[in-house]
Amino acid sequence: MVKQGVVPEDLNRPFFEAANEGRLVIQNCSACDRLHFPPRAACDRCGSGDNMEWKQMSGRGKIYNYGVVYDCPVASLKEDLPFNLAAIMLDEDPGILMYSHLPGVPADEVPVGGAVQVIFEATANGQKVPEWQVVT
Amino acid sequence: MTTQMAPESMYRSTEGLGVWEHRGKVASVGIGHSPTARRWDGRAETSVGALSIQALRTAIADAGVSPDQVDGLVLVPVTTTGAHWPEDQPVPMDVVNAFNPTDDPLDGVGQLSAEWIIKNMPELTNVKFTMYAPGCMSAAIVVAAQAVGDGLASNCLVLKGWHNLEGRYNHGGISASDEVPGSFAISPGRTLWGAPGCFGTALQFAQYCTKYGKNHDMMAPFMQNSRRNGLLFPEGYWAQHRPEQLTPEDYLSSRWIAKPANLFDNDIPIMVAAAYLFTTADRAQDMAQKPVYILNHASSRGVARSITPTLEEVEAETAATGRKIYEGAGITADDLSFENMYDGFAQFHQFHIEGLRYRGMQPGDALDFYQTDISIEGPNPILSSGGNIGSGRSRFWMHTDCMQQIQGRAGARSLTGVKPEIAVSGGPMPMGGNFTVWSATPD
Ligand SMILES: [Zn+2]
Repeated sequence: MVKQGVVPEDLNRPFFEAANEGRLVIQNCSACDRLHFPPRAACDRCGSGDNMEWKQMSGRGKIYNYGVVYDCPVASLKEDLPFNLAAIMLDEDPGILMYSHLPGVPADEVPVGGAVQVIFEATANGQKVPEWQVVT
Repeated sequence: MTTQMAPESMYRSTEGLGVWEHRGKVASVGIGHSPTARRWDGRAETSVGALSIQALRTAIADAGVSPDQVDGLVLVPVTTTGAHWPEDQPVPMDVVNAFNPTDDPLDGVGQLSAEWIIKNMPELTNVKFTMYAPGCMSAAIVVAAQAVGDGLASNCLVLKGWHNLEGRYNHGGISASDEVPGSFAISPGRTLWGAPGCFGTALQFAQYCTKYGKNHDMMAPFMQNSRRNGLLFPEGYWAQHRPEQLTPEDYLSSRWIAKPANLFDNDIPIMVAAAYLFTTADRAQDMAQKPVYILNHASSRGVARSITPTLEEVEAETAATGRKIYEGAGITADDLSFENMYDGFAQFHQFHIEGLRYRGMQPGDALDFYQTDISIEGPNPILSSGGNIGSGRSRFWMHTDCMQQIQGRAGARSLTGVKPEIAVSGGPMPMGGNFTVWSATPD
């Protein structure tokens, strides 16, 4: 599956630059030690944007749950229907979720609660994004 | 006259506010609906503007007031079901010029302003208060109830109109492009991963089934009941255009959109408008219909921590919404005769009613409850309006049904297993919506 190309913006550029280097970084308020994803201008706990830093993650997570997409608005993904779409909880903080197509897992054969490891996948314009593989 | 969006101060969105200061002092006394259509056919008389005028005039007549007695108008300016007017297509000027236009040619065709309504309803000679509400009738009701309670208007119209153009929403634009901005790629809702509109709810439903040991098949009685109630709603889309019962087999064999959500778990976008007339409890005594008193309004402002709301976040928010609803109305769950919480997507109705603790339900109980008698003839009716699943996406059938049931004019849909005295309606989302408590008596 080749995802649409991604053009980073100021708020999310460190996330995408790290992805190109094979690292998963998540925004963290160092004053609250609170992770944020998607990136925000200010911390959702203390309200300050002064202490937002990018923190490297282990790249390990667990599958929260999933759906199987049969009807998708994105034109470039239609040839891959049906496909898994899972929400991944980061091991560092299960309140932080990231989407995954779970490459390699047949549609609807998703091990809910199972462990996953981040990989980085090139999109249509070469920009890499995090994806997740089931750890066997 | 410049019309403002309602300020946040008009909503009751936190716990601990006590009983609503206008409890029982505002009433709904008029209902007006336009006919429904699947899509706009391009004629002036079927435009969202025309449907809205029709609904407003019907509501005024229903209340038995003269138009010059109307002094307030609250409406939702956005009328789209998802598709906006295509930039490369000219606005049909014959339609625009069939009405008294404003400076914006999309007015009455692809949006509604208060100015356009006033210009095209010359009989409204005394409207001094106008206000916009975002999104849904549920929000407009809350704003109008607060406005009448606060004395900003005495006889206030409340309006929501919908236009539905050709094409499938969200399939054009950015979904068809080769590149997307980074914020879109990892934003909640529409993302690089191709999540359809119902995905967030489907994911919560999947987690609900995992957590409580339930399954999608258990939704079938709810879906059947909703369509049945919808077919008893003569104002609704299915009753007017496709009077077909939905069997459990039909439902369960339907194609998946995002499993565990199938086609029927999504409501169908339509064109329709509805209007209500709200007034003070004192004035309501002189009007044509039995007043339906508003005991409280409450709003939810849930915020997901990350990319999509989890089941756990939804359950916490709906429980808080339930507490707000009861606190401001000065009632408990035991006082509810029936419920009309939102259902489009079908798979979150159970979050709303579990949050309400309707009939003593706790989280995880609703799908078992759906296997019992949930009909309008039974003691535990579920969604007597049939909701959006039963009548198409208007997000207002629930409110109309609460009023009609309490007024004793719900026709073939009339509740017979309970005496309709106090009900709650509202939505849309479990993580964000507006809710109203309706009552046969002011106290
Ligand atoms: Zn902070």
